[in-house]
Amino acid sequence: MKVKVLYFARLREKFGVESEVLDLPGEHAYAAAIVDMLRKRGDPWAKELGLDAGYRMAVNQTLAGLVTPVQDGDEVAIFPPVTGG
Amino acid sequence: MKILVQEFDFDPGAEIAALHAGQPKVGAVASFVGLVRDINEGDAVSTLTLEHYPAMTEKSLRGIVDEAMGRWSLLDVTVIHRVGLLNPLDRIVFVGVASGHRGDAFAACEFIMDFLKTRAPFWKKEGTPQGERWVEARATDDEAAERWQQSSKKDPA
Repeated sequence: MKVKVLYFARLREKFGVESEVLDLPGEHAYAAAIVDMLRKRGDPWAKELGLDAGYRMAVNQTLAGLVTPVQDGDEVAIFPPVTGG
Repeated sequence: MKILVQEFDFDPGAEIAALHAGQPKVGAVASFVGLVRDINEGDAVSTLTLEHYPAMTEKSLRGIVDEAMGRWSLLDVTVIHRVGLLNPLDRIVFVGVASGHRGDAFAACEFIMDFLKTRAPFWKKEGTPQGERWVEARATDDEAAERWQQSSKKDPA
Protein backbone atom coordinates (compact mmCIF):
# COMPACT_ATOMS: atom_id res chain seq x y z
CA MET A 1 0.00 0.00 0.00
CA LYS A 2 1.10 3.55 -0.68
CA VAL A 3 1.00 6.31 1.92
CA LYS A 4 1.86 9.97 1.42
CA VAL A 5 4.07 11.28 4.22
CA LEU A 6 4.50 15.00 4.92
CA TYR A 7 7.09 16.66 7.16
CA PHE A 8 6.85 20.07 8.75
CA ALA A 9 8.97 22.74 10.44
CA ARG A 10 12.21 21.58 12.08
CA LEU A 11 11.75 17.98 10.90
CA ARG A 12 11.22 19.07 7.28
CA GLU A 13 14.53 20.92 7.48
CA LYS A 14 16.38 18.08 9.25
CA PHE A 15 15.20 15.50 6.72
CA GLY A 16 15.61 17.80 3.74
CA VAL A 17 12.28 16.67 2.28
CA GLU A 18 8.74 18.08 2.38
CA SER A 19 6.85 14.96 1.35
CA GLU A 20 7.29 11.51 -0.14
CA VAL A 21 5.27 8.41 -0.95
CA LEU A 22 6.13 5.29 1.07
CA ASP A 23 5.28 1.80 -0.13
CA LEU A 24 4.44 -0.47 2.79
CA PRO A 25 3.76 -4.21 2.62
CA GLY A 26 0.14 -5.31 3.06
CA GLU A 27 -3.16 -3.42 2.95
CA HIS A 28 -3.35 -2.22 6.56
CA ALA A 29 -0.78 -1.10 9.08
CA TYR A 30 -0.33 1.00 12.18
CA ALA A 31 1.35 4.40 11.96
CA ALA A 32 4.21 2.77 13.88
CA ALA A 33 5.13 0.81 10.73
CA ILE A 34 5.88 4.07 8.92
CA VAL A 35 8.06 5.33 11.77
CA ASP A 36 9.91 1.98 11.85
CA MET A 37 10.57 2.16 8.11
CA LEU A 38 11.92 5.72 8.41
CA ARG A 39 14.12 4.94 11.43
CA LYS A 40 15.88 2.20 9.46
CA ARG A 41 17.34 4.89 7.20
CA GLY A 42 19.67 5.86 10.06
CA ASP A 43 20.31 9.44 11.17
CA PRO A 44 18.82 12.00 11.10
CA TRP A 45 15.66 9.85 10.84
CA ALA A 46 16.61 7.42 13.61
CA LYS A 47 17.55 10.26 15.96
CA GLU A 48 14.59 12.55 15.27
CA LEU A 49 12.06 9.69 15.40
CA GLY A 50 13.68 7.94 18.37
CA LEU A 51 11.69 6.72 21.34
CA ASP A 52 12.33 9.90 23.34
CA ALA A 53 12.34 12.33 20.40
CA GLY A 54 8.93 13.89 21.09
CA TYR A 55 7.63 14.15 17.52
CA ARG A 56 3.90 14.27 16.69
CA MET A 57 1.86 12.58 13.96
CA ALA A 58 -1.41 13.15 12.14
CA VAL A 59 -3.28 10.68 9.94
CA ASN A 60 -5.60 12.28 7.38
CA GLN A 61 -5.20 15.68 9.07
CA THR A 62 -6.18 14.45 12.55
CA LEU A 63 -3.71 14.07 15.44
CA ALA A 64 -2.74 10.41 15.70
CA GLY A 65 -0.57 7.98 17.64
CA LEU A 66 1.63 5.02 16.81
CA VAL A 67 -1.34 2.64 17.03
CA THR A 68 -3.55 4.67 14.68
CA PRO A 69 -4.50 2.49 11.68
CA VAL A 70 -3.21 3.53 8.27
CA GLN A 71 -4.38 2.28 4.90
CA ASP A 72 -3.65 2.77 1.23
CA GLY A 73 -4.00 6.38 0.09
CA ASP A 74 -3.83 7.91 3.58
CA GLU A 75 -1.93 11.11 4.29
CA VAL A 76 0.41 10.89 7.27
CA ALA A 77 2.17 13.95 8.66
CA ILE A 78 5.14 13.92 11.03
CA PHE A 79 6.09 17.12 12.84
CA PRO A 80 7.52 18.62 16.04
CA PRO A 81 5.21 19.62 18.92
CA VAL A 82 3.15 22.59 17.74
CA THR A 83 4.02 26.16 18.79
CA GLY A 84 1.25 28.39 17.44
CA GLY A 85 -0.85 30.97 19.23
CA MET B 1 -18.50 30.49 13.71
CA LYS B 2 -15.69 32.16 11.81
CA ILE B 3 -12.30 30.45 11.37
CA LEU B 4 -9.64 32.23 9.33
CA VAL B 5 -5.99 31.44 8.62
CA GLN B 6 -4.43 34.35 6.79
CA GLU B 7 -1.22 36.28 6.15
CA PHE B 8 -2.71 39.74 6.61
CA ASP B 9 -3.58 41.57 9.84
CA PHE B 10 -7.00 41.72 11.51
CA ASP B 11 -8.88 44.43 13.41
CA PRO B 12 -9.71 43.17 16.93
CA GLY B 13 -12.29 45.92 17.51
CA ALA B 14 -14.13 45.10 14.30
CA GLU B 15 -14.06 41.38 15.13
CA ILE B 16 -15.46 41.98 18.61
CA ALA B 17 -18.19 44.22 17.21
CA ALA B 18 -19.12 41.60 14.61
CA LEU B 19 -19.60 38.98 17.35
CA HIS B 20 -22.56 40.86 18.82
CA ALA B 21 -23.86 43.08 16.00
CA GLY B 22 -27.64 42.63 15.82
CA GLN B 23 -27.52 39.82 18.41
CA PRO B 24 -29.52 40.93 21.49
CA LYS B 25 -29.02 37.54 23.17
CA VAL B 26 -25.28 38.24 23.51
CA GLY B 27 -24.54 39.52 26.99
CA ALA B 28 -20.78 39.01 26.94
CA VAL B 29 -17.90 38.90 24.49
CA ALA B 30 -14.51 37.71 25.76
CA SER B 31 -11.52 38.06 23.47
CA PHE B 32 -7.82 37.27 23.37
CA VAL B 33 -5.13 38.76 21.13
CA GLY B 34 -1.69 37.13 20.90
CA LEU B 35 1.24 39.34 19.85
CA VAL B 36 4.84 38.96 18.67
CA ARG B 37 7.27 39.92 21.45
CA ASP B 38 10.77 41.29 20.77
CA ILE B 39 12.44 38.92 23.23
CA ASN B 40 12.29 35.16 23.87
CA GLU B 41 14.50 32.96 26.07
CA GLY B 42 16.63 36.05 26.76
CA ASP B 43 17.43 36.79 23.10
CA ALA B 44 16.25 39.67 20.92
CA VAL B 45 13.72 38.56 18.32
CA SER B 46 13.50 40.52 15.07
CA THR B 47 11.23 38.26 12.99
CA LEU B 48 8.75 35.46 13.56
CA THR B 49 7.79 33.11 10.74
CA LEU B 50 4.65 31.03 11.19
CA GLU B 51 4.52 27.76 9.27
CA HIS B 52 1.39 25.60 9.21
CA TYR B 53 -0.12 22.44 7.71
CA PRO B 54 -2.72 23.98 5.42
CA ALA B 55 -4.84 20.87 4.90
CA MET B 56 -5.15 20.34 8.66
CA THR B 57 -5.12 23.82 10.19
CA GLU B 58 -8.70 24.90 9.65
CA LYS B 59 -10.03 21.41 10.42
CA SER B 60 -8.12 21.41 13.68
CA LEU B 61 -9.35 24.87 14.73
CA ARG B 62 -12.93 23.96 13.83
CA GLY B 63 -12.66 20.83 15.99
CA ILE B 64 -11.43 22.88 18.96
CA VAL B 65 -14.26 25.39 18.58
CA ASP B 66 -16.82 22.57 18.22
CA GLU B 67 -15.56 21.10 21.47
CA ALA B 68 -15.85 24.48 23.22
CA MET B 69 -19.41 24.85 21.91
CA GLY B 70 -20.23 21.45 23.38
CA ARG B 71 -18.82 22.38 26.78
CA TRP B 72 -20.26 25.87 27.19
CA SER B 73 -23.31 27.79 26.09
CA LEU B 74 -21.89 29.96 23.30
CA LEU B 75 -23.60 32.10 20.70
CA ASP B 76 -20.69 32.70 18.33
CA VAL B 77 -16.92 32.21 18.08
CA THR B 78 -14.25 33.78 15.87
CA VAL B 79 -10.70 32.44 15.56
CA ILE B 80 -8.15 34.17 13.32
CA HIS B 81 -4.56 32.97 13.12
CA ARG B 82 -1.92 34.60 10.97
CA VAL B 83 0.83 32.73 9.09
CA GLY B 84 3.93 33.85 7.22
CA LEU B 85 6.48 36.49 8.20
CA LEU B 86 5.67 38.65 11.25
CA ASN B 87 7.58 41.22 13.30
CA PRO B 88 7.52 42.33 16.95
CA LEU B 89 4.31 44.26 17.79
CA ASP B 90 2.37 42.32 15.13
CA ARG B 91 -0.81 40.52 16.08
CA ILE B 92 -0.63 36.71 15.66
CA VAL B 93 -3.95 35.33 16.84
CA PHE B 94 -7.46 36.45 17.76
CA VAL B 95 -10.02 34.44 19.68
CA GLY B 96 -13.43 36.00 20.37
CA VAL B 97 -16.32 34.28 22.13
CA ALA B 98 -19.89 35.59 22.41
CA SER B 99 -22.19 34.20 25.08
CA GLY B 100 -25.17 35.13 27.22
CA HIS B 101 -23.01 35.59 30.29
CA ARG B 102 -19.35 36.26 31.03
CA GLY B 103 -18.53 32.96 32.74
CA ASP B 104 -18.98 30.87 29.63
CA ALA B 105 -17.28 33.48 27.43
CA PHE B 106 -14.17 33.73 29.64
CA ALA B 107 -13.81 29.98 30.09
CA ALA B 108 -14.35 29.10 26.43
CA CYS B 109 -11.90 31.78 25.26
CA GLU B 110 -9.14 30.40 27.50
CA PHE B 111 -9.98 26.79 26.56
CA ILE B 112 -9.75 27.57 22.83
CA MET B 113 -6.36 29.26 23.26
CA ASP B 114 -5.00 26.42 25.44
CA PHE B 115 -6.07 23.81 22.88
CA LEU B 116 -4.93 25.89 19.91
CA LYS B 117 -1.45 26.15 21.42
CA THR B 118 -1.11 22.39 21.90
CA ARG B 119 -3.14 20.91 19.01
CA ALA B 120 -3.34 23.25 16.02
CA PRO B 121 -0.55 22.61 13.49
CA PHE B 122 1.41 25.88 13.60
CA TRP B 123 5.17 26.22 14.14
CA LYS B 124 7.11 29.39 14.96
CA LYS B 125 10.61 30.15 13.76
CA GLU B 126 12.23 33.23 15.21
CA GLY B 127 15.03 35.38 13.85
CA THR B 128 17.62 36.39 16.47
CA PRO B 129 21.09 38.00 16.27
CA GLN B 130 22.49 34.43 16.38
CA GLY B 131 20.38 33.36 13.40
CA GLU B 132 17.06 31.61 12.94
CA ARG B 133 15.76 28.97 15.35
CA TRP B 134 12.57 26.98 15.80
CA VAL B 135 10.62 27.83 18.92
CA GLU B 136 10.43 24.86 21.31
CA ALA B 137 7.09 23.75 22.70
CA ARG B 138 6.62 24.60 26.38
CA ALA B 139 5.61 22.11 29.04
CA THR B 140 3.49 24.85 30.64
CA ASP B 141 1.31 24.93 27.49
CA ASP B 142 0.70 21.18 27.77
CA GLU B 143 -0.15 21.60 31.44
CA ALA B 144 -2.58 24.42 30.63
CA ALA B 145 -4.41 22.22 28.12
CA GLU B 146 -4.25 19.20 30.42
CA ARG B 147 -6.22 20.84 33.22
CA TRP B 148 -9.28 21.05 30.95
CA GLN B 149 -9.16 17.26 30.54
CA GLN B 150 -9.13 16.67 34.26
CA SER B 151 -11.66 19.30 35.22
CA SER B 152 -15.40 19.15 35.14
CA LYS B 153 -17.25 20.86 32.32
CA LYS B 154 -17.54 24.34 33.76
CA ASP B 155 -14.61 24.53 36.12
CA PRO B 156 -11.11 25.13 34.75
CA ALA B 157 -9.37 24.98 38.14
